[in-house]
Amino acid sequence: MTTPSPASKASASGAPASGRDAYLVRGASLCGGERADLLIEDGRIAEVGAIAAPAGAAVVDADGLIALPGLVDVHTHLREPGREDAETVETGSRAAALGGYTAVHAMANSMPVADTAGVVEQVHRLGRRAGWVDVRPVGAVTVGLAGERLAEIGAMAGSAAQVRMFSDDGICVHDPVLMRRALEYVKAFDGVVAQHAQEPRLTAGAQMNEGVVSAMLGLPGWPAVAEESIIARDVLLAQHVGSRLHVCHVSTAGSVEIIRWAKSRGIAVTAEVTPHHLWLTDELVRGYDPVFKVNPPLRTQEDVDALRTALADGTIDVVGTDHAPHPSEHKECEWAQAAMGMTGLETALSVVQHTMVESGLMDWRRVAEAMSVRPAGIGRLEDQGRPLAAGEPANLVFVDPAARWTVDPAKQATKGRNSPFAGRELPGRVVATFFRGHPTVLDGALNAPHPSAAVMAQ
Amino acid sequence: MKHLLSTRDLTPGDAIEILDTAEEMAAVNDREVRKLPALRGRTVVNLFFEDSTRTRISFEAAAKRLSADVINFAAKGSSVSKGESLKDTAQTLEAIGADAVVIRHSAAGAPHRLAMTDWIQAAVVNAGDGTHEHPTQALLDAFTLRRHLARVSGIASAGTDLAGARVVIVGDILHSRVARSNVWLLTTLGAHVTLVAPPTLLPIGVEHWPCEVSYDLDAALGEAPDAVMMLRVQAERMNASYFPSTAEYSRLWGLGDERFERFGTPAFKDTVILHPGPMVRGLEISSTAADSDRSQVLRQVANGVSVRMAVLYLLMSAKESTR
Amino acid sequence: MAPAAADNRAPRTAAPGHYPASGRVVLSAADIDRALTRIAHEILEANKGPQDLVLLGIPRRGYPLAVRLARKLAAADPTIAAEQIVGQLDITMFRDDLSRQPTRPPSPTKLPLQGIDDKVVVLVDDVLYSGRTIRAALDALVDLGRPRIVRLAVLVDRGHRELPIRADHVGKNLPTSAAEKVRVRLTETDGPADSGFLEDHVAIESPLGTEEEVAAR
Repeated sequence: MTTPSPASKASASGAPASGRDAYLVRGASLCGGERADLLIEDGRIAEVGAIAAPAGAAVVDADGLIALPGLVDVHTHLREPGREDAETVETGSRAAALGGYTAVHAMANSMPVADTAGVVEQVHRLGRRAGWVDVRPVGAVTVGLAGERLAEIGAMAGSAAQVRMFSDDGICVHDPVLMRRALEYVKAFDGVVAQHAQEPRLTAGAQMNEGVVSAMLGLPGWPAVAEESIIARDVLLAQHVGSRLHVCHVSTAGSVEIIRWAKSRGIAVTAEVTPHHLWLTDELVRGYDPVFKVNPPLRTQEDVDALRTALADGTIDVVGTDHAPHPSEHKECEWAQAAMGMTGLETALSVVQHTMVESGLMDWRRVAEAMSVRPAGIGRLEDQGRPLAAGEPANLVFVDPAARWTVDPAKQATKGRNSPFAGRELPGRVVATFFRGHPTVLDGALNAPHPSAAVMAQ
Repeated sequence: MKHLLSTRDLTPGDAIEILDTAEEMAAVNDREVRKLPALRGRTVVNLFFEDSTRTRISFEAAAKRLSADVINFAAKGSSVSKGESLKDTAQTLEAIGADAVVIRHSAAGAPHRLAMTDWIQAAVVNAGDGTHEHPTQALLDAFTLRRHLARVSGIASAGTDLAGARVVIVGDILHSRVARSNVWLLTTLGAHVTLVAPPTLLPIGVEHWPCEVSYDLDAALGEAPDAVMMLRVQAERMNASYFPSTAEYSRLWGLGDERFERFGTPAFKDTVILHPGPMVRGLEISSTAADSDRSQVLRQVANGVSVRMAVLYLLMSAKESTR
Repeated sequence: MAPAAADNRAPRTAAPGHYPASGRVVLSAADIDRALTRIAHEILEANKGPQDLVLLGIPRRGYPLAVRLARKLAAADPTIAAEQIVGQLDITMFRDDLSRQPTRPPSPTKLPLQGIDDKVVVLVDDVLYSGRTIRAALDALVDLGRPRIVRLAVLVDRGHRELPIRADHVGKNLPTSAAEKVRVRLTETDGPADSGFLEDHVAIESPLGTEEEVAAR
């Protein structure tokens, strides 16, 4: 990462006094609006306004920075337990903190699958022990993601992990009866089913978006209709049973139209788009570099444009990273053999700034909604995505929107080197992240995990 | 030209240079001493992840006639079947000192990976990758067609292109690397190409290709094209509902005896039949048509060696390819 | 041969007068014609008549010279049919410097109908220099058949041999330095006039410029 100027921004000018975790952040623009000082004390925002530095508080200069509520990812693969060679809760949550996140939802496709209270509690505990962000496990909808019978959703909801989001992500809950039951059942726990919309028969062996490029490259196509037909079915099911549906990683213009229609009918559907689907297209596949292999696949420019419009107008509610780290050997191979997925936690905010803010489609207040407020609402995280006001939990991120940096996967905190943005210059840099009042990131670098992590580890 | 990965990369000048060089190679193949010293001391590795005796022996003959050392690496009988990655295999070949790698692979884009990564410095020749491309097959088809057209016009083929030639390609376009390579190459050389197939065996997006598309073989044959290229159709496609039965396929899209009778009319007197082989007799082509004097199948095989000699020579002899 | 090949790629500059300004003309069109006439008579003399003669020109400029020689042989001996004894021998694939040069597409090899077995083959080239081209030509010839005798005729011998090869018939011996280039221009390969070519000639190009230019400094 190139160090942006001014380099000294947001470096604490003094360590907090012993026993007191107090920070005065001076002069940040609140969600891109008015400038104010923020006094952070005992895990909360103590005061907002023009504040004289109280004794013992570390002062952070945030002149030129934008303050946002800490980002919340509804879609993260932390790989632990089972694939610690790809990522661990520790490395993944470090990457999250550097990306400005204070909470992530860890998808259920670990090994073993997060389909029991035991596994989700393990992931939750690992997250608290790491202490960089709030790690919220997602529970599997079906046992072993096999799509045959429901996992113990109630047990996971009632566990210490308090799971509210359930997903077989990576695999579509394609049986319509099972999907109906899942949607109905989660109502008992105020849960939501996050669907990976992919009709399996239409996508057998699929390698990339089906269209002009796949025809030339001779790679089996993943047609847009395979996503859209499942979304159409599921919004109707959600309406029928009166439940909440969340659509993961929407990737096509047609899906946007269906979701727009569903919302106009009052159906309780929310939708997510990934940073990469807001920018990249299937033209990148022409070189057969598997770093661009992802599921759902990169689509066309027409789809990218529709997704940006939909995020701007709220048809798509949130940005979810679908951060999917893979060991290098799973990408340094033939396209067909390569794993699907891209890293995203450390680039998401910059990509959103590039695609949505600098294009004039969204302001920073809307970014805060799409990347913090709405994701927290979908996951029912009560202390995340809160207003920047006195008395609120101090989950905050400070961004330097003027900075420019070049993505170098080798320098990222994630174990995954599979960033599709490698070598690109991106705008905006996370300068500081506060997680429950504690700076996990300062001056653009990892600072220290939340002190409660040390307590957990004992 | 450092690699041959796709015929889309070839300019008309590149293509004609390869075909003209192949003419000289063909002359060598007609001689008593069918050997040239051009690639003496160079090593060609035939890296075949997919069985294809026909293509392998053609490349092997081509390399040997240019005096190169040939190493046949059948990935099935090697450590690849034990899970060795393409990267490790490539680096092994690099260490052995391969100057060129001729790769056949079931995965589309595998030759691109070899060429575009830093795993190996050798020249890469795509000998067929998945359902993507098979550039040397298209080159030998173009070579065969060019010679045929020159013979009909009574001129020398060297230096000519295929301007004005009309070619109908029939069969499983969706799964055919031969069709893709031919569409790009033949149109680059000025030919007019019509693809004929059932709609299920045409890729989504084919309307953006520089050719015409038809579902009706009789209509496409109506104007007596210069060449009809029949592609192999696997009977198993029937099980995936690409077509209802082999009988119906043959009736609608096969070059059966009845359809072949049109070749006896004056309009068709100079129309030839091409087939990349191996043929499925009775499905896409009848024995009468396959064994007729219109069939160029054996000429295609012979020309394959000349074209592959030309490709290996042009890729390997130059300064750029020295290690 | 390296100098001739290099000449092929040199940009031709239109120049006042009969020849390009750079370079010293050492053989005019008339000189070339006289030299070929003499060589033709030498060939007949050495062969004690026209029996079994085959002329094989080495591309590019050896071939038109071979054709011209064949015509002169036919003029000197009416039993000779010029077009039946002349051919072209491509040596590209037999070169020993293939890997040091950019890719060279081969030229056609065309033998007279009678072939070369038991014939007296006269190899014809424009400039004899290192001898490596002729070495390659001898190798190429072996793969095509077994001539009774092989002789060598060149328009210019500029010296600097690197192999034990000498010409049987030489149009002109031309002492040169290795830094100089010998440029042969023939109507068949270098015309028409719009490229700046006006008539056949052989010139020596010095990297230092013309003698006049050097003297003027």
